[in-house]
Amino acid sequence: MTMWGYVALGWAITAVVLVSYVAALLWRGRRLIEQVPEGERRWL
Amino acid sequence: MTIDTNAGGPQHPEPSLRRDEAAAGDARSAPTGTGSRFTRLLGLALIIGGAAVAWLAFVATPPDVVQGESVRLLYVHVPSVSVAYMACMLTTVASAVWLRRRTEWWDLVASSSAEVGAVFTAVTLLSGMVWGQATWGTPWEWDARLTSTLFLFLLLLGYLGLRGATEDRTARGRRSAIVGLLLVPNVIVVNQSVNWWRSLHQDATLFRTDGDFRIEGLQLFTWVFATVVAIGFFVWLLVHRFRVGWLADRAEDRAIDEALAVRRAEGGTGGAP
Repeated sequence: MTMWGYVALGWAITAVVLVSYVAALLWRGRRLIEQVPEGERRWL
Repeated sequence: MTIDTNAGGPQHPEPSLRRDEAAAGDARSAPTGTGSRFTRLLGLALIIGGAAVAWLAFVATPPDVVQGESVRLLYVHVPSVSVAYMACMLTTVASAVWLRRRTEWWDLVASSSAEVGAVFTAVTLLSGMVWGQATWGTPWEWDARLTSTLFLFLLLLGYLGLRGATEDRTARGRRSAIVGLLLVPNVIVVNQSVNWWRSLHQDATLFRTDGDFRIEGLQLFTWVFATVVAIGFFVWLLVHRFRVGWLADRAEDRAIDEALAVRRAEGGTGGAP
């Protein structure tokens, strides 16, 4: 693998891990908020 | 999350970042996720900032005299570990405060920071392995820096596993807070490992005792800018994770209340023994 290949791989792994975590976090929030009454959601 | 609405108070704090928004919230529809105006604006700024970092790292900055093109991995690897350190420090501080005040707010700050810290530590290890393969010819060596970083990651996983395995909220808070106190000492070991032991990993580039910076110009600017963006991203993740934790606690409270109500109703219809 070329040096540019390693650079691209390192950046790609970073992006995939972080984007996956963001997606999971937002999904968990959307799933949980349905279980909480609207009046208690206070970060409007 | 920037306001401790319940300092020293009961166990059900309001998670609101903005009292003014909360007051005005009645007139608006309830949120359908953990986002808010603050996180949306910050997210937009981070997307722009991230694109700028990528442009600086891949296009604007020159290759390093010693490391060549692989130096471009520095702009993700080092900011990641900086954020991981920061997250561990926040977890330790929040754990210590929780042990004193015992409020849900500090417990959520500690646990949220630990989870985000684990993600950034994972990114640090993975990007470091790629960089190691590029420069050392091997992705892993059991040397002081790499091994201590792996231990930090495992400690964070242990912290999160302990929380997941403990149902009682007070016991969960106490046990995880005790583990949380161990994070900063471990961060110090990771940070100083290259000075205390012989290591394949290079020693400090910027904060050196001899004051000799090993990076300058546009490379230094890109590194600092990438770190600022990474810290902003940490804040964004922390706010969202805090809200997820708060929602999980409220959902748990609600499930318990409903179960108790069902139990009472059963007792009422069953008549006296």
